[in-house]
Amino acid sequence: MLGLNKKDFGLLCLVTFMAAAAPILLNPFPETSTLSFLNAGYPALMQLFAIFGIVLIGFNILFGLTGYLSFGHAAFIGIGSYTAMWMYKLLNFNVIISIPMAMFVTGIFAVLIGWICLRRTGIYFSILTLAFAEMAYRLSYSVLTPITGGETNLSPDPINDPMILKGENGLTVPHLFGFDLNAKYVAEVGNWSFTFEAGYYLCALVLVLSFYLSIRVFRSPFGMMLRAIKANNHRMGYTGLNPKPYMLAAFVISGLYAGLGGGLLVAMDAQAGAERMFWTESGTIVIMSILGGAGTLLGPILGAGAIKYMEKILSSISESQLHSWLSILPDGLEDFLVYILANFFVGHAWHLTLGLVFMLVVIFVPGGLVELGQRVASRFRRKGSEDALVSKETPAE
Amino acid sequence: MAILQVKGINKRFGGLQALGDVNLSVEENSVHAIIGPNGAGKSTLLNVLVGKLIPDSGSVMFDGQSVLGRKPHEINQLGISRVFQTPEIFGDLTVFENVMIPCFAKRDGAFKMNGIGDVKKEKDILEQAEAILDDVSMLDKRHMHSASLSRGDKRRLEMAMCLVQEPRLLLLDEPTAGMARADTNNTIDLLKEIHEKRDITMAIIEHDMHVVFSLAERITVLAQGTPLVEETPENIKGHPKVREAYLGEAQV
Repeated sequence: MLGLNKKDFGLLCLVTFMAAAAPILLNPFPETSTLSFLNAGYPALMQLFAIFGIVLIGFNILFGLTGYLSFGHAAFIGIGSYTAMWMYKLLNFNVIISIPMAMFVTGIFAVLIGWICLRRTGIYFSILTLAFAEMAYRLSYSVLTPITGGETNLSPDPINDPMILKGENGLTVPHLFGFDLNAKYVAEVGNWSFTFEAGYYLCALVLVLSFYLSIRVFRSPFGMMLRAIKANNHRMGYTGLNPKPYMLAAFVISGLYAGLGGGLLVAMDAQAGAERMFWTESGTIVIMSILGGAGTLLGPILGAGAIKYMEKILSSISESQLHSWLSILPDGLEDFLVYILANFFVGHAWHLTLGLVFMLVVIFVPGGLVELGQRVASRFRRKGSEDALVSKETPAE
Repeated sequence: MAILQVKGINKRFGGLQALGDVNLSVEENSVHAIIGPNGAGKSTLLNVLVGKLIPDSGSVMFDGQSVLGRKPHEINQLGISRVFQTPEIFGDLTVFENVMIPCFAKRDGAFKMNGIGDVKKEKDILEQAEAILDDVSMLDKRHMHSASLSRGDKRRLEMAMCLVQEPRLLLLDEPTAGMARADTNNTIDLLKEIHEKRDITMAIIEHDMHVVFSLAERITVLAQGTPLVEETPENIKGHPKVREAYLGEAQV
């Protein structure tokens, strides 16, 4: 189906279903429950899941398949964002222009940066990419201020910007051929409320397409060459293959995905700032990739989702919420637990939780959340088959 | 006819003359061994032949084309394949994938962007890979992770990866180094079979005299970076210059 084998097609269906049903699946707790705070099914967060899922799918083609660790991918997100923003300012707010242009311009930068960085391998490659990203970040705060807006960020100005394609009464928010991406439909079902937003569904559609393309790349001769580079770069040359253009292609593809992510970020929220390119952002991409499972198909989406969830939900849990959840415990214990959790694990201290989770994953399941899932599944399967074995043997006895 | 013609190669590393005026010609369809004591410059010579090192002067012609200054993948595409001292394979990939990659290299050249096609639908590649694995009797191990193969099987796999490209010249760098006697004999048989079945020209760099004398049709003895003699195996045995190189100056 669609050029995929049965298993891959199943995965694609799964991702499509999850993306389509996310507003419902991610809102398991009714509005009235004290746990409703853990719901992630609101548009702003779901957009981030999808967008970072897309960026990570691209990053996975580079890091997961070839093993080349780029520490500068946030720069491509930033370049994509700025490009999309300038499309709004110069032309109009139609994302059908801004997103492809974001990819195009990011692609040009990826060719140049990749061409230089790929002269080296291993840690030197990583450092070179980091250097480029830092350069992009610093420059956008200094000499490039006319283009990037510097500290004040870049946002559209409907009065002074040319916007030559906008027309007389054109929309001044991101839209798709006049269809406002902020349009939403809220469904109230009992105590639950589900929000279906046009912007999120645009991201979800792009996510599914990106995922589909990445499956094709994984199964293609090109994907096989990339895995061969990871396995033994040295042997490639002596097998008559030139690793350079393969690497550059992988780098540019991953750059295009990041540019696409940047363009989508600006399509969801029309402003772009340089903090998107800071090196910790690039670091987060690497962590998401490893947490989810580098080199696996689903890993990027899981990693991006897990970290964005922690970043948004864990970080905003307050002490009073903890009190309300733990109120069944005896008073002394409750206060003690709330003190520990609030000061070390949630709220402003959520990074510690992330760090612990990351450590546990790297130590115990180096293959990331995907491997964790596979292990759990195989444990259940083994148990199942053992039961079957026992039941088969019993009558014989 | 000489398929590989090496003329006047010099290579210095600082004060060390690693290769001094090396002349060598390998005849088509022959097995040519290059032997010599440690430090004779055998590996340096091999690295020049595959494009890893660029000599200070001299020329290397393969089938009428200069090899010097070309990248390893270009030299391979000319038809020179190399087998390494320790087998170099794609350890993370399966045995079958390992042989598919050179098949792609042969069919599509050094680079071809095909990010949409499905590897499993490349019929001709699959057939070729299967045939070569059958030839080296590894078909039963096709789904194995190649890193977990035994040393002898890794060598076999590497050989298969070279053979499937149908090279015109196969360079072997101590193909039996570090092998037990039984594995060594297996490798010798494998090489003999390859040579007889496929008429591939081979240049072998080797330490082990047993291997050299079982395979080679011509032998070049290298000592201190210069070729001493080039002879048939019968004439090499007991050649005074060779004894001298291996055992030191004859005492008077």
